[in-house]
Amino acid sequence: MKGREKDLSSKLRSELLSFGKKKENALPLYGTEECAKRSMKAMYEVLKKLELAPKIKLLKINAPEIARKAKAGQFVIFRIDEKGERIPLTIVERDPQEGTITLIFQEVGLSTMKLGALETGDEIMNVTGPLGNPTEIKHYGLVAVVCGGTGTAVSYPIAKALKEAGNQVVSIIGARTKELLILEDEMRNISDELYISTDDGSKGHKGFVSDVLKMLIEKGYRFDVVYAIGPTLMMKATVNVTRPYSIKTIVSLNPIMVDGMGMCGACRVTVGGETKFACLDGPEFDGHLVDFDELIKRLRVYLLEEKQAVELHEKSGEIKRG
Amino acid sequence: MAKADKQKKKQGIPMPKQKPEDRIHNFNEVALGYTTEQALAEAERCIQCPKPKCVQGCPVELDIPAFIKEVRERNFDEAIKKVKEKNSLPAICGRVCPQENQCQMFCVMGKKGDPLSIGRLERFVADYELQKGVTVRPRSKSSAGGKVAVVGSGPAGLTAAADLAKLGHKVVIFEALHAPGGVLMYGIPEFRLPKKIVQAEVDYVKKLGVDIKTDHMIGRLYTIDELFELGFDAVFIGTGAGLPRFMRIPGENLGGIYSANEFLIRVNLVKAYMFPEYDTPIRIGKKVAVIGGGNVAMDSARSSLRLGAEEVLIVYRRSKEEMPARLEEIENAEEEGVKFKFLTTPVKFLGDESGRVTGMKCITMRLGEPDESGRRRPIPIEGSEFVMDVDTVIIAIGQTPNPIIQRTTKALKTTRWGTIVVNEKTGKTFRKGVYAGGDVVSGAATVISAMGAGKRAARSIHRYLLRKKRMRQRKET
Ligand SMILES: Cc1cc2nc3c(=O)[nH]c(=O)nc-3n(C[C@H](O)[C@H](O)[C@H](O)COP(=O)(O)OP(=O)(O)OC[C@H]3O[C@@H](n4cnc5c(N)ncnc54)[C@H](O)[C@@H]3O)c2cc1C
Ligand SMILES: Cc1cc2nc3c(=O)[nH]c(=O)nc-3n(C[C@H](O)[C@H](O)[C@H](O)COP(=O)(O)OP(=O)(O)OC[C@H]3O[C@@H](n4cnc5c(N)ncnc54)[C@H](O)[C@@H]3O)c2cc1C
Ligand code: FES
Repeated sequence: MKGREKDLSSKLRSELLSFGKKKENALPLYGTEECAKRSMKAMYEVLKKLELAPKIKLLKINAPEIARKAKAGQFVIFRIDEKGERIPLTIVERDPQEGTITLIFQEVGLSTMKLGALETGDEIMNVTGPLGNPTEIKHYGLVAVVCGGTGTAVSYPIAKALKEAGNQVVSIIGARTKELLILEDEMRNISDELYISTDDGSKGHKGFVSDVLKMLIEKGYRFDVVYAIGPTLMMKATVNVTRPYSIKTIVSLNPIMVDGMGMCGACRVTVGGETKFACLDGPEFDGHLVDFDELIKRLRVYLLEEKQAVELHEKSGEIKRG
Repeated sequence: MAKADKQKKKQGIPMPKQKPEDRIHNFNEVALGYTTEQALAEAERCIQCPKPKCVQGCPVELDIPAFIKEVRERNFDEAIKKVKEKNSLPAICGRVCPQENQCQMFCVMGKKGDPLSIGRLERFVADYELQKGVTVRPRSKSSAGGKVAVVGSGPAGLTAAADLAKLGHKVVIFEALHAPGGVLMYGIPEFRLPKKIVQAEVDYVKKLGVDIKTDHMIGRLYTIDELFELGFDAVFIGTGAGLPRFMRIPGENLGGIYSANEFLIRVNLVKAYMFPEYDTPIRIGKKVAVIGGGNVAMDSARSSLRLGAEEVLIVYRRSKEEMPARLEEIENAEEEGVKFKFLTTPVKFLGDESGRVTGMKCITMRLGEPDESGRRRPIPIEGSEFVMDVDTVIIAIGQTPNPIIQRTTKALKTTRWGTIVVNEKTGKTFRKGVYAGGDVVSGAATVISAMGAGKRAARSIHRYLLRKKRMRQRKET
């Protein structure tokens, strides 16, 4: 495991570092051969697959049109096959030259397990994007990027863009245990300082990422803005840390979505007392205004059915629990 | 004519249907369609008025008496040809058009008895052709030969695309969802409009040479400006009214409260009614309240029954007379056991500690003076609040246009409801080369009015492209 992780990091780095750097190509004329060659061929084929940690996988996918347009903070909705659900995942990386996007995800339920079971050369039936609003990247000064679990993958392009915009970036990454930490080297490379925490203390600080943030603030770090991205409970804990200090805190919400383009309202969240659609108005919001308790409850609506679906598919041998 | 014959002529041939007690357990089509004998008998009722009034009630100006005449003479191939001269989607219109407010409202037979069942006959000839297999005549070569991008694949987009392709233009439809068809695909349920019918009509449009790109959300993947950069000469926006409206009352974000759009998208587009064979779940409780009184509310209520709800109640703030849903669908819902609570509206949703809805606090209304829509305005009666126990709520109080294109396109004029402003006759927007039509212009309306708008826009886009080409040629010489 150890050796593989190391090897992977160097490979990943060169790929991930290119986010947003390469120049965009001019648009090919519709209906021309060039256009056909670049965008219509073998849509959404998996070109590369890596396992970053147990149950956390990386897929690089052929999606030239999305690769051309995607910006940090945006996501795609995929549907794996004719019977699949529509599921949102962040675009962690894009390469407009090569025409690819990279997704990093945790296998938490049926759809992400089915996605994780794909191999190089397999195709995903539908990938729609880029969706959602890009992160507003500007020069703030001192920025903390606090991430938990696969939230680190979602944060990476944002942290990188913030660094490139001239900010001083302090990153705090965390996971339940050290095996589940991802993108440590990548985050270190684009951060001025990097802190690690694990719930069990197997690496770095023992405890939550929000505890580390609190420690830093108490030590005298004066953050101009904090990005908190990860599980909903972690984001809630982080805004509770920054609230007494009135530090602007941006969170990236992950409610249940269906279409991802403003048609269903499944993704509605209460922000500052108003109902917003995360796919249309977000996914990033001012964390101090978000009603997290409501979001947590809304995420649990389909718990029963989600379990049922996994059990059924496990029986049929379509997916295996890793 | 004998008296009995005359009496017979007054009565239309009823539509054969699945029995209510059977159909509430399946998603198969409710209306089964006329047999050949039934169609011939119904067509026989048409008196072939020399100055037909029905045509003026049709937004796409179908030559109704001409196609009925062909049916009478058993020339079904000719009949469908006549229909398709004006309507590219007859199998759909024959099923979902509100004919009672359109062609059939003007039918002279309706003065003394039932009007001719024009919609059912349209469906009959369309189904006849679908069963036989659709053939497409080679399209005429136009000298214009422009490239047109159509945004949205609902009835407005499909019609504009089909007409432009027939005129010899290269057309690409960009659709944000993974399946084309708009509301026909994601909104109207299988039991009212089978998806294989929609698919067949979409295939027909494809056969005309139209390229359909799904998973392409315009405004995000390409802006309207970028479509011009990509080499398109004109753009038609037919993105519909897909943004669900909520009530903005306390408790609305509790679990178990859906927008009708979410509910119907889950059921129709990703086939949650076949969960767990299909991966998308839907949670339906024992007692469902559907808020609203239009087609969307009827579809949600009838789908809920089919998903196994024990009791389904339509809660509408006005009375039965004001309900905007098609009469036929209200009757179908009643037959199936949907209950109605008129002059009532929720003011607050109540939930349990896990965040699921358990009831709603409602208020009783009375009707006041007519409002701008001509319907009598509902006024709350003070002190009339009461609590109703429900475990699922579906909110079907209307939709407005999706704002993404409007947000990302310069110089498109919009109203305060988010609809795009166009010239009614031509579909021209305030942006050169950009046209729009359907629900995105009118607000939520009907399939046929969206098609009419698509047709008008196609005509003016064609003229625009011809003009553009002439200018280019003049410059070159
Ligand atoms: C804009 C956006 C971007 C996202 N980006 C990423 C990403 O880059 N990487 C990644 O791993 N995940 C990401 N997610 C979360 C991801 O969409 C969910 O993990 C996924 O929907 C789970 O689907 P499933 O069928 O595998 O699991 P399900 O069986 O549907 O759910 C299993 C468990 O996951 C929880 N869950 C369901 N939906 C979500 C959700 N949307 N978010 C969090 N938990 C959920 C359920 O409560 C349940 O406990 C993102 C979500 C959003 C809205
Ligand atoms: C449940 C329900 C039942 C109905 N029943 C009836 C009925 O019985 N009879 C009747 O006449 N009418 C009925 N209607 C109304 C009718 O369906 C609509 O008026 C009609 O579909 C409008 O057509 P449209 O082409 O303007 O838009 P739509 O059908 O809404 O199609 C718009 C399409 O554009 C796509 N789109 C949106 N934004 C973008 C974007 N940015 N980029 C790319 N694509 C985009 C959408 O995904 C959609 O596919 C019903 C409506 C609903 C919701
Ligand atoms: S996911 Fe449907 S509106 Fe946001």
